[in-house]
Amino acid sequence: MAILNLKKIGVSGVNSALHKIVENSEKDFEIRNPQGQHSIACGINAPLNVEIKGHVGFYCGGMNKYAKILIHGHAGVGVGENMMSGYIHVKGDTSESAGATAHGGFLVIEGNASSRCGISMKGVDIVVGGSVGHMSGFMAQSGNLVICGDAKDALGDSIYEANIFVRGEVSELGADCIEKEVRPEHSAKISKLLKSSGINANPTDFRRYGSARQLYNFDVDNFESY
Amino acid sequence: MSEDIPKTHPRKSATFDDYTLSEIRRAAATGIYDIRGGGAKRSVPGLDDLLFLGASLSRYPLEGYREYCGTDIVLGSRFATNPLKLKIPITIAGMSFGSLSAQAKEALGRGASIAGTSTTTGDGGMTKEEREQSEILIYQYLPSRYGMNPDDLRKADAIEIVVGQGAKPGGGGMLLGQKISDRVAEMRNLPKGIDQRSACRHPDWTGPDDLEIKIHELREISDWKKPIFIKIGGARPYYDTALSVKAGADVIVIDGMQGGTAATQEVFIENVGQPTLACIRPAVKALQELGMHRKVQLIVSGGIRNGADVAKAIALGADAVSIGTAALVALGDNNPELEDEYKKLGTTAGAFDDWHEGLDPAGISTQDPDLSKRLDPVTAGRKLSNYLKVMTMELQTIARACGKSHVLNLEPEDLVALTVEAAAIAQVPLCGTDWIPGKKNEILLS
Repeated sequence: MAILNLKKIGVSGVNSALHKIVENSEKDFEIRNPQGQHSIACGINAPLNVEIKGHVGFYCGGMNKYAKILIHGHAGVGVGENMMSGYIHVKGDTSESAGATAHGGFLVIEGNASSRCGISMKGVDIVVGGSVGHMSGFMAQSGNLVICGDAKDALGDSIYEANIFVRGEVSELGADCIEKEVRPEHSAKISKLLKSSGINANPTDFRRYGSARQLYNFDVDNFESY
Repeated sequence: MSEDIPKTHPRKSATFDDYTLSEIRRAAATGIYDIRGGGAKRSVPGLDDLLFLGASLSRYPLEGYREYCGTDIVLGSRFATNPLKLKIPITIAGMSFGSLSAQAKEALGRGASIAGTSTTTGDGGMTKEEREQSEILIYQYLPSRYGMNPDDLRKADAIEIVVGQGAKPGGGGMLLGQKISDRVAEMRNLPKGIDQRSACRHPDWTGPDDLEIKIHELREISDWKKPIFIKIGGARPYYDTALSVKAGADVIVIDGMQGGTAATQEVFIENVGQPTLACIRPAVKALQELGMHRKVQLIVSGGIRNGADVAKAIALGADAVSIGTAALVALGDNNPELEDEYKKLGTTAGAFDDWHEGLDPAGISTQDPDLSKRLDPVTAGRKLSNYLKVMTMELQTIARACGKSHVLNLEPEDLVALTVEAAAIAQVPLCGTDWIPGKKNEILLS
């Protein structure tokens, strides 16, 4: 395993090392002294194993492809934003917009996520061990957001074809978001995601939320929703 | 009453004119606001209100076609290790595949490449056709992040973070269901046929402090190679320019209200934002005060039509301009040869702006396979390159007449204004005087 001391080489030094991967080069990295810096381990384009020993700032693992990133701490805004594939696991809590616009891959947050978790998600699977803040799943297009705790206001506002599963309380649903039947395929999906995340919860405790599809095309009779 | 008494001519209201009446009837019948493409159609103070002085005894002109007048520019030299080197200071603005056909996107790439300039992607991501045909391609980073992926980001030559656009500063995008074809739906991860909304704010940053961190991320992902542009609508150009510099932009694109959009509400286009002319001087002032003029390049867009417009924008302090609507016209949009088909759509050549409906007979703003096939990308690309070259020669003609060996040497002192309004907005003297409203009170007759 290669050790990258961020305090010594800086964020650019760390990312540069993670971007210069060629065949047969080192695949396992440990980043020490992350110091809450922004943009750590973003833009990785290779199946690396990256462990970050501490807290990180904004956009950690942004646009990740293929890599497995384990964060031993809390994460700032936009962890795993626009990730395409791979796996990001946050041992602590995250700030706003976790997994924003992510197209694929798997994001696990053991603690709580702040507002806008999974905003505009486009295929990613997200499991949150704790609760999420307001506007989570806003305009979520596809993928699955599993929330083991509670969800605050405007959950799934203007949601498209993503699924949101919540075990706890939902303060309020957003526009065009409704509770839907949990069919066997959904239970199986929850079960699989929980197992993969390592978070212990009973899949049958979750409710499903998705789009009512009433706002997909303009209709003047939906005036009060616009 | 005698028939001999003269009757007054029927008088229509200036307030309730024919257009206004028709819009009220349309709204009452449909229950939806009017949506259209293009930019502001109302008359606003513009670059036509400025004139160049040219040379005489107090300035030496340069010989046309003989003496050198450079047009090359560099964009993105502040932080990027690979800045863009363009042969001409006219770029092609961002327009999406989805709003435009694949053929139109390819034609834009072909035309720009022949002329030695850049083209730009749009909402929905990068198509194979435009990357292959665009020698220099700028990748737009939009709030929706439709089609956004790091592979295309690495293939791009620069990244343009879109904060807003002139037609709708503060508004998001809109692509109605008629244009969500299988390919568009796949690129945007959306069901086919739904009305696709694009967010008005980015999902993972708010405000200039966050934007600075976002730019840092994009630079880290691209290993600091690619210039980062910030595109802003003509809302508060002084402050928005200053904040863009603070956030770390290499290049700032400022788009006035005449700048086009694929689709938004008519009320938005005509009533929100400032004219292009009104955006330039405040933006330049901000750059000058920060010591960043010509270091952070300024691109002006919104209603640029010819070499004179380019020359005036540069003289006021821009480094380059960007064209969208004019480029589409060069490809064949609103061509009178298609008048019969425009009439069938209830419009006329020159006024067709229902780009969102996907029925463009020119094959440009459509996803219909049969209509799209009407546009030959090779021929249309050649037309665009011709137009870009004409604009550049017009620009050189004016620059030489003002005695400039490079178009970037044009300056406000080369200009006068035809109206008091334009003099105040552009901060150049009213013609025949040395009066710049707000600066001096004395009037010196020439």
